[in-house]
Amino acid sequence: MHSVMDSRPFFEDYSVKPMQRQFSPYADNGGSIIAISGNDFVVIGADTRLSSGYSIYTRDQNKLFKLSDTTVLGCSGCWCDTLSLTRILNARMQMYEQEHNKKMSTPACAQMLSTMLYYKRFFPYYISNILVGLDSEGKGCVYSYDPIGHTERSSYRAGGSAGALLQPLLDNQVGMKNMQNVQNEPLTIERAVGILKDTFISAAERDIYTGDSIKINVITKDGIKEDTFELRKD
Amino acid sequence: MSILTYNGGAMLAMKGDGCVSIAADKRYGIQMQTVGTNFQKIFEMGPHLYVGLPGLATDTQTVMEKIRFRKNLYELRENRKISPKVMASMLSNMLYEKRFGPFFVEPIVAGLDPVTYEPFICNMDLIGCINKPDEFVVGGTASAQLYGMCESVWEPNLGPDDLFETTSQALMNAFDRDAISGWGAVVYIIEKDKVTIKDLKTRMD
Repeated sequence: MHSVMDSRPFFEDYSVKPMQRQFSPYADNGGSIIAISGNDFVVIGADTRLSSGYSIYTRDQNKLFKLSDTTVLGCSGCWCDTLSLTRILNARMQMYEQEHNKKMSTPACAQMLSTMLYYKRFFPYYISNILVGLDSEGKGCVYSYDPIGHTERSSYRAGGSAGALLQPLLDNQVGMKNMQNVQNEPLTIERAVGILKDTFISAAERDIYTGDSIKINVITKDGIKEDTFELRKD
Repeated sequence: MSILTYNGGAMLAMKGDGCVSIAADKRYGIQMQTVGTNFQKIFEMGPHLYVGLPGLATDTQTVMEKIRFRKNLYELRENRKISPKVMASMLSNMLYEKRFGPFFVEPIVAGLDPVTYEPFICNMDLIGCINKPDEFVVGGTASAQLYGMCESVWEPNLGPDDLFETTSQALMNAFDRDAISGWGAVVYIIEKDKVTIKDLKTRMD
């Protein structure tokens, strides 16, 4: 280091000391995911804003990936890792189909994703994943992950940049938490989609990385129905 | 971790129709260890005026004593009750005096004007920058969760009973998703001729 006592001027480019430069392999591209499951369906929604810091890359980026006729993956976080992961995931799905002569089930897919994430334990995919689909009994299921493959099956989940804002609302409205004298009647698709939209509207008010619009996938035994919904764009 | 999250805590205040609410959890902890479950961080500063001080517990109490002292001096000299607006300005000035060595609290002021009974809520950061929205303010370690809840459950012109329900649901569901907030809660509903204080029975984990 150049000291004050040194009488010569200091030019960093001409110094003989080694200089260190830092490259960050990760970016946070924001985005939020919500999934809500019912007895014979599951809905998943993701916002379509792709951003980095204070700038928006695009207002129309789909973050939902159809893995099979009954399985959809929602990804938010580092977009380059999302691209890389989903590419390998699709290849693995195809290999499974050709080896076993059948489509991969949602729980099997969920297990494979966990293994694939943990395989990169010391250089993880920086993604918040939520995998949804129908299980072997036709029931809706939601699997959520941390970046290194810890997974949990639940009936509803919020993830991504506004996960902390959205999850307590789902606890209240879907999980009926902190409510007395309410019977937990089975959730309908209409109500699930309604809650999903309302929670995204709230998140878009306070989270700058969530907004523009949402893509919704409704998965039933009849297939996947797509829907979009506009959010605030500022 | 920031010193603001050393003790944990969640707080919010909401505006209603001729009434305001202010509510907070009761946990007192040291990082992840819960030490007490009856910690007070909302303080009565007048018949219609309450100040909440979420943040570092030692500064909660120090700032409370300092503003109580300054409020008493104001009321003796002026021979009238302090208004929420004056209380907020006084607190803001007091915090900014310590701009480069701040008290680690993010205060919330809630009350009714002593003359017009107009609802007032505001919050500020630890160096006294005031924010006065028309709907609600939140503070503490569960603020992200509180923003999500309040943004969807709050609506304009809530009566005192609905305001109580809205405030408590927002608070409870928010702090259940924060590991260092919860363990009981208290809700104050401030109206023109009465203040209702209710303790909430919440999950204790």
